[in-house]
Amino acid sequence: MINFNKFYKLFNLISLSLVIISILLLSLKGLNFGVDFKGGTLIELRANDKNINVTSLRQSFRSMNLGDFNVKKFGNESDFLIKIEKKDTSADAIEIIKKELTTSIGSSFNFRRVENVGPKVSAELLKSGVIAIALSLAAMLFYIWIRFEWQFSLGAILALFHDVIITLGLFSLFNLEINLSIVAAVLTIVGYSMNDTVVIYDRVRENLRKFSDIKIYELTNISINETLSRTLITSVTTLLALVSIYLFGGEILKGFSLAMIMGVVFGTYSSIYIANPILVKLRVSQKTILKEDTE
Amino acid sequence: MLYFSKLRITLVFIVALFFIIIASSNFQDSENSLISKKINLGLDLQGGSYLLLEIDNEPVVIQKLQNTTTIIRNFLKNKNIIFNDLRIQNKKIIFSVFKKDIELVETFFLDDESEINPYYSQYKSHQFDIMIENDEFILSLSKYGLIEIKTSSQDQALEIVRRRVDEVGTNEPNILKRGNNRILVELPGLDDPMRIKSLLGKTANLTFRFVTQNNNDSFGTEILLFEDGINEAMVNKRIILNGENLLDAQPQMNNQTNETVVSFTLDRVGSKRFGKATSTGIGKQLAIVLDGKIISAPIIRDTIASGNGQISGNFTFQSATDLALLLRSGALPAPLNIIEERTVGPDLGQDSINAGVIALTIGFLLVILFMFIKYKIFGLIANITLLVNLFLLVGILTLFEATLTLPGIAGIILTVGMAVDANVLIFERIKEECKNERNNIIAFDTGYVKSKTAIIDANITTLIAAIILFFMGSGPIKGFSVTLAVGIFTTLFSVYFIARMLTGLYVVRNKEKANII
Repeated sequence: MINFNKFYKLFNLISLSLVIISILLLSLKGLNFGVDFKGGTLIELRANDKNINVTSLRQSFRSMNLGDFNVKKFGNESDFLIKIEKKDTSADAIEIIKKELTTSIGSSFNFRRVENVGPKVSAELLKSGVIAIALSLAAMLFYIWIRFEWQFSLGAILALFHDVIITLGLFSLFNLEINLSIVAAVLTIVGYSMNDTVVIYDRVRENLRKFSDIKIYELTNISINETLSRTLITSVTTLLALVSIYLFGGEILKGFSLAMIMGVVFGTYSSIYIANPILVKLRVSQKTILKEDTE
Repeated sequence: MLYFSKLRITLVFIVALFFIIIASSNFQDSENSLISKKINLGLDLQGGSYLLLEIDNEPVVIQKLQNTTTIIRNFLKNKNIIFNDLRIQNKKIIFSVFKKDIELVETFFLDDESEINPYYSQYKSHQFDIMIENDEFILSLSKYGLIEIKTSSQDQALEIVRRRVDEVGTNEPNILKRGNNRILVELPGLDDPMRIKSLLGKTANLTFRFVTQNNNDSFGTEILLFEDGINEAMVNKRIILNGENLLDAQPQMNNQTNETVVSFTLDRVGSKRFGKATSTGIGKQLAIVLDGKIISAPIIRDTIASGNGQISGNFTFQSATDLALLLRSGALPAPLNIIEERTVGPDLGQDSINAGVIALTIGFLLVILFMFIKYKIFGLIANITLLVNLFLLVGILTLFEATLTLPGIAGIILTVGMAVDANVLIFERIKEECKNERNNIIAFDTGYVKSKTAIIDANITTLIAAIILFFMGSGPIKGFSVTLAVGIFTTLFSVYFIARMLTGLYVVRNKEKANII
């Protein structure tokens, strides 16, 4: 048996500081919103000429007077991703860019992907993304409130917040792009983290019924240990799947799988080190759950 | 209990086989297989264009106000009611009447059978809200009046958009309403939406009007630019003909001038009007105006009674074809703006599919290898379950002809990773039970029973996330939520029916074996 409970205080302190740092990062540095949420144009192109590089592309885009833009390599040697922030792009802007690129560089390009999101749509997408995440947190809170006592809901929700905030904090720290698929990833993280917490809580409750003489501090430790191998095995298989998406699933899914990988790691950690210490803090005992049973 | 009737075993086997056959129909030529159903590939996988159009209803509202003003003027004149200062101001129609007439005029507007202010019984509201201040009537479009205008212009626009897209001839376009002022156009397989975009970007409001030099003409005049944006001409506001009078329009080569023109055929009313205008107006210039710009303004040399004519104007063959197409499909009720566009080329789509398949294969192999090493014989059972689960998932998506997107593929891979969770929960529980229970059958039964709540809870939480994603997410993300949600059900089915049966068969044969798991 591993004494997880010995480190409750230490890890709570670490978690708390990570959350604070994340909140600071989010409010001071902010997030790197992609075209979906900020509006603008995204072009993924493949050059047929091997000599074309980021510098030459950057030069020719600069001459087009498109305002702020960003050119970077995208996976392959000859694949590039260009983001243009200008919001009021006209319907034929892409056509003009195609023509100008051919005249300034000469080589033919394959426009593999073009995304053009107007300011109104991006604002709506951002709003619905935020609502989706808030709604899922609320739904989880509600579900766990029905299934368990309020102390458990509080613990589970704090664990969720912890995972979501730290994942977003890391995205801010490394300047990773937030797009629609990241919202999907965050929601899945919420589901996964909840899943993990619930399995341990289920065991805590079962043990509370069984043992009246064991303090919650010890009891959480027993429950964590009893479910530990499941926790680890599921994390491993999920991570195996995610790492395989990250490595082989193509550039488009990289951000999504990376967010999920972070989420699974933090989700696993928080269901041990956030969800359980909360129960200890709230002095959960056999009475807490027996009240419900007699009701 | 761990004993299963023959019937149950057969049923489970049939269900699994059924979905395996359906799932595999995706990999066969549709002509050879029994089931012709296939998973639809999303635009991000098969390539194509997604366009979200927003209808600019401003002009429609202004037109509505102008029409209503005319109606009110004629109506009050007919009723011999004296009114003053009828005008449109800040999108409100304002006029004043004598004090004695106020009550009478009010009933004209508030009557349920009102001729000038239609009553929508389904909304319990008139088209216009009425306010009376002193002797002034102030009419503004009611909430439902505005909704009526929006939905009707959306209906019309949808029809015109459909006609235009059909005329271009892309395969299986998807044209849908979104909200009450948007239209979604999905064009699978189209990697360059430029032509469609330029066709949808034009209102195509065609009018024939006389050019005039005298700005005191009745009906009023306005100065319009030519297409070249430099020359201009003064034209009468009176419309001789408009696009609605056209029966047909085709691009054509004029043999005499060697110029590309658009030839048109008018309907009966149009022919009559055109004949009359061309007979009275010989020597005058007739401006052909499209969306507020003059295409050309030929001089009338002869009466044209046949109802056939030509529009010339420096066309290339392409631009003449496009103009003919626009004229045939009719004018949009209001301008459309493209507010979102997403286009994926077919080769990127194929690359995404390949990458997805590789990731799925590797992810699957890693997971089954891990499970086998960890649980040996039970790992094998979990792996068989997982494989069947995968077929069930793909089978159900096929059966409902769901749309598979790139995030959807990610959802399938994720399901592979998370699906073993239920089996792991059960196996771990059984392990614990085996410590105190010598009889393997009882240990297994207890294991299944005791792990149930955790499994249900765990899956419901993921399902909640998936459902919210489905309702809040767009396009590709919806595909992710669908595979995630379907994956939960197939996982539960395969764990409780297939895995449980297989473990049962094994345990019954090894009742007394120590350290069975």
